[in-house]
Amino acid sequence: MSDTRQAARYTEYHPRWYRPRVSTWWWLGRWPYLKFILREISSVFVAWFVVVLLLQIRALSRGPEAYAAFERWLQNPLIVLLNLITLFFVVFHAITWFNVAASAMAIRFHGKRVPDLLIVGTNYAAWAAISLVVAWFLVRS
Amino acid sequence: MAKQSNEPALWALFSAGGVMAAFVIPVHLFLLGMAFPLGWIPAPSYEHLLALVRLPITRLYLFVLCFLALFHWAHRFRYTLYDGLQIKHLNELIFVCCYGGAIFGTVLAGYLLWNFR
Repeated sequence: MSDTRQAARYTEYHPRWYRPRVSTWWWLGRWPYLKFILREISSVFVAWFVVVLLLQIRALSRGPEAYAAFERWLQNPLIVLLNLITLFFVVFHAITWFNVAASAMAIRFHGKRVPDLLIVGTNYAAWAAISLVVAWFLVRS
Repeated sequence: MAKQSNEPALWALFSAGGVMAAFVIPVHLFLLGMAFPLGWIPAPSYEHLLALVRLPITRLYLFVLCFLALFHWAHRFRYTLYDGLQIKHLNELIFVCCYGGAIFGTVLAGYLLWNFR
């Protein structure tokens, strides 16, 4: 019994896997790869926005002087530059997100698939509307 | 039976955060980070913002925004490190740092907003 088990064991023949090493910088070579990594990196800027938002909330709760200091900090050229880069990335995130929305949610109506353009268009319209609502709440003097 | 995985739940948070981030963060950031500090648009007064954030609905909105955006970051950044830099041998550490960071930020947001007055 144990002999047959022993006999059933065998070593697979694979002298060497064919596994070419991929460089760490594989995504630099082609635009679609770079775009993929930039889209992934946008998440870091989403997190940075949350940091700024939390600092704002903390400053607000600490009183007018703390809030004035926070506003001055936002005017620091380095912070403005960082926020400009952040804006670029979050807009990039939004555009890439909405553009694949049609593939992510295939909506059917009367048995037919709703055209991609309609879904993507609805997303952009909602983006505009939501942006206006947020701005309406914030823009007061 | 395959082992139960957290992946679907984490992906759902990533996805919800992606939607939230795409719809509201650009306008928030444009106003807060560019238009107000540079004086393109008059910044809202301290009193106006205070009154706005005192409303429970605003605080709920801000909390959900922070929570989802952070978990969106955690998931995406984890895979950026896995795929982009191919550091798969640090799986556990990356996992703990990403979701730990997201949980920390969410708790902080909850603390700040709950005690806001």
